[in-house]
Amino acid sequence: MNTRNSVLNMDEIRGQFPILHQQIEGKPLVYLDNAATTQKPLAVIQAITDFYTQCNANVHRGAHHLSDEATRRYEKSRDTVANFIHARDRKEVIWTSGTTEGINIVANGMAQRLQSGDEVLVTEMEHHANLVTWQQACVRSGATLKIVPIHDNGTLDTQAFASLLTQKTKMVALPHVSNALGTVNPVKELTALSKEKGALVLIDGAQSIAHGNVNVDDIDCDFYVFSGHKLFGPTGIGVLWGKEVVLQDWPVWQTGGEMIATVTYESATWGELPNRLEAGTPNIAGAIGLAAAIDWFTSLDLSAVQAHEQALMASVLEQAQAFEGLTIIGNAPIKMGVLSFILQGSHPADVGFLLDRQGIAIRTGDHCAQPLMRRLDLPGTARASFSVYNTLEEVDALFIALKKVQSMLA
Amino acid sequence: MNLPSSKEIVEDMAFFDDWEQRYQYIIDLGKSIPPIDESLKTDKNRVRGCQSSVWLVSTERDGKLQFQADSDAVIVNGLLALVMAVFNDKTKDHILDFDINGYFKELDLERHITPTRGNGLHAIVAKIQTLAKTKT
Repeated sequence: MNTRNSVLNMDEIRGQFPILHQQIEGKPLVYLDNAATTQKPLAVIQAITDFYTQCNANVHRGAHHLSDEATRRYEKSRDTVANFIHARDRKEVIWTSGTTEGINIVANGMAQRLQSGDEVLVTEMEHHANLVTWQQACVRSGATLKIVPIHDNGTLDTQAFASLLTQKTKMVALPHVSNALGTVNPVKELTALSKEKGALVLIDGAQSIAHGNVNVDDIDCDFYVFSGHKLFGPTGIGVLWGKEVVLQDWPVWQTGGEMIATVTYESATWGELPNRLEAGTPNIAGAIGLAAAIDWFTSLDLSAVQAHEQALMASVLEQAQAFEGLTIIGNAPIKMGVLSFILQGSHPADVGFLLDRQGIAIRTGDHCAQPLMRRLDLPGTARASFSVYNTLEEVDALFIALKKVQSMLA
Repeated sequence: MNLPSSKEIVEDMAFFDDWEQRYQYIIDLGKSIPPIDESLKTDKNRVRGCQSSVWLVSTERDGKLQFQADSDAVIVNGLLALVMAVFNDKTKDHILDFDINGYFKELDLERHITPTRGNGLHAIVAKIQTLAKTKT
């Protein structure tokens, strides 16, 4: 079985994901909604169970064994994340609830520094999380939001990017990989251009983090944000990575316990990184679960993972291009993990529903990118998104099921 | 064309023995529902809570409510036809008394009428029931 797949042992990998082995509507589940959230391997489920069954306690403050052990596992998880993304220092890793909170921490701080006349640059392919957040930071501060256009094929117009970038640009925020189109942006080059003008750079890594080899040191951005649940980890945990020199005096986000140094009735002083940006009891189990996810993921041969995902995407694109009546939305030469498409004459909601009846889970709609859908003049798309545990046989199953959908809707 | 009555729908649906036939029937119904005029596709007539766009227009004549509904998604349109079959040109009392959940259960389409399902059918039914309560 799975002889068509790469050197990865697909049976072994799929065996780690109990949820994949079920029937939906009497058909084997084919889970192709990985851009929304990935499934969780046993190692993650076990790590969370172990935490609650062996050492649940609050961190950093208990005078007892359980708290010491909880703190050890929790802080070790920070090391795991730091190593995974090639952070220079563990204190550059701030736990958040997810990508959205990470962007909000940065945008909230930035809004306190922006002034009228300043500009913030985002792209036409933003998820609402990286659009509305900056839009509102600009509303509060009087700064101007500038939108970098895309080409019709879904790639960023890098010439427009360069020309919109000026001395007024204080912040550039863009996705590493587009959630709606799969476009991979040249973030290293765009970061270098932005830094020439003195702008800070945030990369939304929500869609890139689970595909291996994110290196924040190499990209040289100021902030990189992602969610644990899109990286085989639990929901409710995410990471804001920021350069120490930028984060160390970043405006505090929430105030309360853990993040202070000294407190009087009249005033307070803030603690050091990472605590100063982590008020209150953190999501301890979430952090431990995320580290377990990273440990599981990095136990795989990551170059084989990438080769496998490239083989999946190659098969997806080949079959999609050969499929009469299917239009691929987003034809960037470098895409990652996502096929966005429409069936001519059919609403994406109908396509998604009839695929679901055949056990195939995809997402349909605007993908939290309404301005992008307006730009493309579409009510939405159907989006199949892939992860390491998907097989070439599942790709085939998608297109066989799509044929049935097409004939039913014809 | 004339849409089938609710009695015909229930009989037809009972006849099918797999999901494909049942949804093919709903799709075909969805295609035969007359589209509403473009000028009526306004924000005011739009029903929120739908992944697809759904419009509902109502009038009142001889103590009965008339509805026109339309969606850009054909399955939703077919489901709207099922709703129209029991609510269109009926008295307000009839609309309020009618067990719509039981009707969808009988058709084995309960999943579509639950509020968690994002297709807006629940929102449409709620709007029709509200109109039946408030229109004078």
